[in-house]
Amino acid sequence: MPITTDQQIKGINFSEFAFRKILFISAISIVILLFCFFLTLVASSLPSINTIGIKFIYGVTWDPVSDKFGGFPFLAGTLFTSLLALIIAIPFSLSVALFLGEYFRTGLISAIFKNIVELLAAIPSVIYGFWGLFVLVPLIRSLETKIGVAPYGVGILTSSIILSIMIVPYAVSLTVQVITLVPADLKEAAYSLGATRLEVIRNIILPYTRSGIFAGILLALGRALGETMAVTMLIGNSHIVPVSIFSPGNTMASVIANEFTEATGKIYLSALIEMGLFLFLVTTIINIIGRSVIKRFSIS
Amino acid sequence: MKTFKSALSIVILTAVIIIAMAFSNTKNENAKMTGSSDIELTAAGATFPYPLYSKLFYEYNKQTGVKVNYQSIGSGGGIKQLQSKTVDFGASDAPMSDEELQTSPGAIVHIPTCLGAVVVTYNLTGNPVLALTSDVVADIFLGKITKWNDKRIQGINPGVKLPDLAISIIHRSDGSGTTYIFSDYLSKVSDSWKNKPGTGKSLDWPVGIGAKGNEGVSGLVKQTPGSIGYVELIYAIQNKMPFAKLKNKSGNFVEASLKSVSASADVSIPADARVSLTNTDAKDGYPISSFTYILVYKDQKYGTRSESQAKSTIDLIWWMIHNCKQYAEPLNYSSLPVAALKIAEANLKSVMYGNKKLL
Amino acid sequence: MVTTIKYREFKNKLFKVIIILLTTVCTLPLLLVLYKIFREGISAINWDFFVNLPKPVGETGGGIVNALIGSVLLILVASVISIPLGVFTGIYLSEYRNTKLSYFTLLSVDVLTGVPSIVIGIIIYLWVVKTMGGFSAISGSIALSVMMLPSIIKSTEETLKLIPNTLKEASLSLGVPYYRTILKVILPAGITGILSGIILSIARVAGETAPLLFTAFGNPFINTNILKPISSLPAIIFNYAISPYEDWHKLAWGASFVLIIIVLFLNIITKIAQRKWKVQF
Repeated sequence: MPITTDQQIKGINFSEFAFRKILFISAISIVILLFCFFLTLVASSLPSINTIGIKFIYGVTWDPVSDKFGGFPFLAGTLFTSLLALIIAIPFSLSVALFLGEYFRTGLISAIFKNIVELLAAIPSVIYGFWGLFVLVPLIRSLETKIGVAPYGVGILTSSIILSIMIVPYAVSLTVQVITLVPADLKEAAYSLGATRLEVIRNIILPYTRSGIFAGILLALGRALGETMAVTMLIGNSHIVPVSIFSPGNTMASVIANEFTEATGKIYLSALIEMGLFLFLVTTIINIIGRSVIKRFSIS
Repeated sequence: MKTFKSALSIVILTAVIIIAMAFSNTKNENAKMTGSSDIELTAAGATFPYPLYSKLFYEYNKQTGVKVNYQSIGSGGGIKQLQSKTVDFGASDAPMSDEELQTSPGAIVHIPTCLGAVVVTYNLTGNPVLALTSDVVADIFLGKITKWNDKRIQGINPGVKLPDLAISIIHRSDGSGTTYIFSDYLSKVSDSWKNKPGTGKSLDWPVGIGAKGNEGVSGLVKQTPGSIGYVELIYAIQNKMPFAKLKNKSGNFVEASLKSVSASADVSIPADARVSLTNTDAKDGYPISSFTYILVYKDQKYGTRSESQAKSTIDLIWWMIHNCKQYAEPLNYSSLPVAALKIAEANLKSVMYGNKKLL
Repeated sequence: MVTTIKYREFKNKLFKVIIILLTTVCTLPLLLVLYKIFREGISAINWDFFVNLPKPVGETGGGIVNALIGSVLLILVASVISIPLGVFTGIYLSEYRNTKLSYFTLLSVDVLTGVPSIVIGIIIYLWVVKTMGGFSAISGSIALSVMMLPSIIKSTEETLKLIPNTLKEASLSLGVPYYRTILKVILPAGITGILSGIILSIARVAGETAPLLFTAFGNPFINTNILKPISSLPAIIFNYAISPYEDWHKLAWGASFVLIIIVLFLNIITKIAQRKWKVQF
């Protein structure tokens, strides 16, 4: 369609202008959206920040009856479950990453395992929780009966196991990414000096990818901190500071899921939102650090 | 590329059509509001009467076409959602406190609908029926009695062989009217309970794990050997779980039943219906009984509420308190005594839309 | 000397065995979960299951038709919101790679990926549910659409980056206006990548429960009105899973089965699409 008249050119110029504007508005709206998230959370937690203050972090009593809102049990529960999940998940994710990124880089076996790990990430959280409740909980309970602790079945350990299953795929996909980036000539140089594969992994691959693997673990931790449904179903929902891996507990996310629709007092609701603000800030910081490490890694 | 484009356009087209349908449906529904068949009411609150309410609303839908979406999120949730005006009515087992009434944006009336009982249920092999006294129940839930074969439990139950098993306490994790009734009872009978944790819809529990809803507690008790929890009577019966006979104020060991629960309401009821029936003076009354309430705003004209919406809310509640009996008793809820029904009717009649009477 | 080499070789072999072992163990959870859900789920499924509403406690023969319709409607509305916004943002990011805005947008997308879904639920409750004065399907859809955005933006950006500049330049030099070049040349060239990103994001939110607890709420009836509360598959799985009733557990297993099939199906479609119609030049 040849463009002849001024009017047509004007029309195109306008469409052109409108199109670029739409792109710009879309992009900026994402930034604004996130910023408004932050503002909303801060504004809605102000009543709690003002009345409870710093005690929110170290207070151990969460008692809506007497308006006492100490978030420490949930902070502790969140860290406890997430770190335990990481400890369980790290050896597995490193193995899978080496399996896919070093031992079996291509071929059918690699494709099968890669898909299985990816599908692990696809299963919804609520289904993990449901499965955990009916398969894992009885197992843990019989273990607890054997060693003589209160046989609740649910608790820190149960949630950590499920969490570790859920975060393995994230750690793996990021770690594989950095392991495959190790320059081939470095590895070949080591092999030509007579190094075994294990020695190459230990002396070349792991040191080279250290920061990348760290970022992968950090991002997996971010995932674990905010995971809600499976943990809510398996942690035991108890407002006490967990003292052992068999203790019931609560995480920040699970306490929000349990109590948000029913928090009557203004401070109560605001305290829950402050917990959400905490989660938001922590996961944001973790993500920014993790992604920037990975980005720097892939560029270098 | 062609196939993709056509596939994409088909997907988009279907999406647009369905969305358009969704929106047109909105309009239709608003238009039909003045009729009555497509009215949908939203409600939330107590899990305690949920089995009964789901039955009642199911029947009401069959008879009138009015859909009632009741979500059992706990009494605390019912009060909160009513206060933030996200539901047509709330439901709670605990009457609202003076403070809650003051902070609400409008006057709220309490309509008792039926009576229920909280039972102490447990998971022991052989499902023995235990007898318990109030101080033993309090000390178990305070964590002072930790084993099933404790002398104090065994002493009241000489005929039962109790195992050397740790007691796992299971309580509610959500704000709950059941918890309120249970802790209200324990505060009345135990001074150390009254000091801490006290009475409330959610408590700072000294021991145990939390489960969501009466459903959650009975589910967990059923799964956990050696556990003890408290649930509304129907949840124990439906799940074939044993529950304890309790010693009441007059010194009788009473099992929760339609009769003993009704008997507990044999006390004088104030005009606003906010009354605690726990630890009742009635001789044959079960000591942990309570009314369960529906909560509505006295002035139904708020937000974007239409008069027909308000009217159908009130009609529904009227129908509930008068038709409760035939559905309640098979499900082990006790229906209102005549005196309480009179108060429920009077309270419901006081509800207005602006300055227009609804009943 | 010989022993050391043997020892090194042995260690090397042992390590490989450990790696293979741990990797195999990693696949167990998936198989166990799928096995349990298929076994329990298939027996729960019959015609009633797909066409009936849930029955009150104590009556058998209930179904989950309300949740099926609810999930479909929630996801459709969420897609209508998030696809245009996500695709346009993705185009911006690939077209204006070095602007300040694209830096901040990319950062926001990364952060948004990590925001826990429960926090998104809180925010949408405060923004939409409180403002509209009630729980509604639309609030649930908005929450889901926020969760879909990062994956749509990322896949659009990454796909379009792969398309060579020569294609764009050829089109522009023929006098085709810029916006037409993007919409008619660049986007179609990368459509498979973008579509698979969209499908993957749908697969992800289809099982999302946490943000729906405070937004879409739940509904025992069929609802197609987006201004009213609505049920969804993950929400009823959660509610029925923690209930004490055998009948409801059965419904939950059935619903889990349906949800897993949908999620796996969407994942496999994207895998095939990515393999078969890879965007490459």
